[in-house]
Amino acid sequence: MTTAQPLLEARALCFLRQDEPVFGPVDFALHGGEIALVEGDNGSGKTTLMRVLTGMVRAGEGEVLLDGAPFSLDTMAGAVVFLGHHLGLKFDLSARENLRVSAGLYGVRRGAQLDAVLADVGLAGFEDEPVRRLSAGQKKRAALARLLLLPARVWLLDEPYANLDREGIALVNRLLREHAARGGAALVTSHGAVTFAGDEPRRIRLHA
Amino acid sequence: MTPGSTTAACAALLRRDLTLAWRRRGDIALPVLYAVIVVTLFPFALGPEPALLARIAGGVVFVTVLLAMLLSLDGLFRPDIDDGSMEQLMLAPQPLALLVGMKILAHWLTAALPLIVVAPVLAGMLHLPSAAMGVLVVALAIATPLLSLLGAVLVALTAGAKRSGMLLALMLLPLCVPVVIFAAGAVAAAQDGLPWIAPIAWLGAGLALALVLAPLACAAALRIAMES
Repeated sequence: MTTAQPLLEARALCFLRQDEPVFGPVDFALHGGEIALVEGDNGSGKTTLMRVLTGMVRAGEGEVLLDGAPFSLDTMAGAVVFLGHHLGLKFDLSARENLRVSAGLYGVRRGAQLDAVLADVGLAGFEDEPVRRLSAGQKKRAALARLLLLPARVWLLDEPYANLDREGIALVNRLLREHAARGGAALVTSHGAVTFAGDEPRRIRLHA
Repeated sequence: MTPGSTTAACAALLRRDLTLAWRRRGDIALPVLYAVIVVTLFPFALGPEPALLARIAGGVVFVTVLLAMLLSLDGLFRPDIDDGSMEQLMLAPQPLALLVGMKILAHWLTAALPLIVVAPVLAGMLHLPSAAMGVLVVALAIATPLLSLLGAVLVALTAGAKRSGMLLALMLLPLCVPVVIFAAGAVAAAQDGLPWIAPIAWLGAGLALALVLAPLACAAALRIAMES
């Protein structure tokens, strides 16, 4: 299912750090229902690209369009959810409390329920455990639960497969497929060691 | 209260920060303990004459409270930046300035309010006359949020630097001076039976200005810090 207007589009996107190009120029258009894999070696700028796409880092050249309009942190109003290397979880709070904060900040996807979402990512029975005591993989799952709960249409996932077991990788792929089926778009980075969702995904290659 | 609305977001964030502070109650107790120890040492160092102690009581309490607040200031944004929560706050649909304001409010409630509660006891130990006690509490109630707001701007400005503690203290010092002058001045005036409303009004004007501008400045500074 694709729509005419791309959800997320990058045009000749470059990023310069002290006049040294980190990546680019990158061009892509991501429609609703599409998932794209960003590939590149360590240091090729995958994470930087993600941060540019969230609007937190200003790109050197080129532009990013959301729903066909240039966007900034002030205007995008929770349309994008970002999962980075730092998971954004408070270790002193439980997974449930962490999710409740996210829900308060971003709102809740229609029909999504907190407990059901936690069970869905495989954290049933660990809802009230402080995140500090969860394993690295379980922490990742707690962060993934946020994707399911929040109403964002664009997912930017930076290395979502790190720390996950085979089941966890299957979980990420399932979440991505469901998201695409709902008409959402996702951009996923990986250095290419895992089996990616379903058949042949769109690939965006970054060169160092 | 629908999730995702501005009130829900503010409530969620305030609740999160207060819960976190409660889970680490020891960190809240530390500034209070520090203030108690410092004020207790003054009579030992200067001698127990009530007239002398009453003369310095207001100033000692203000400086102590200010330094005690400095202890907790560095932890205002640092944990959020380190664990990625700040990115989540920036991407949230609510204005960042508002969310930062909530964080400052939570900081004031956990770091300054306990100090305001013990301040009359500390001042009493230094023989501050009871007539000036009310003015002391009023001055603290206006001066501490002002310090929280000013401090927050500086913490946000130094958030990009790795070891910012020293820099923060140096930058905060000149901003603290007027606050201490007006706050301690009000208490001294009340002790001498003079009108004390003018310095309090100045503090209030400063607070009103900081309430509006500081969260905006914080948000702008944090965005710059997050770019690196």
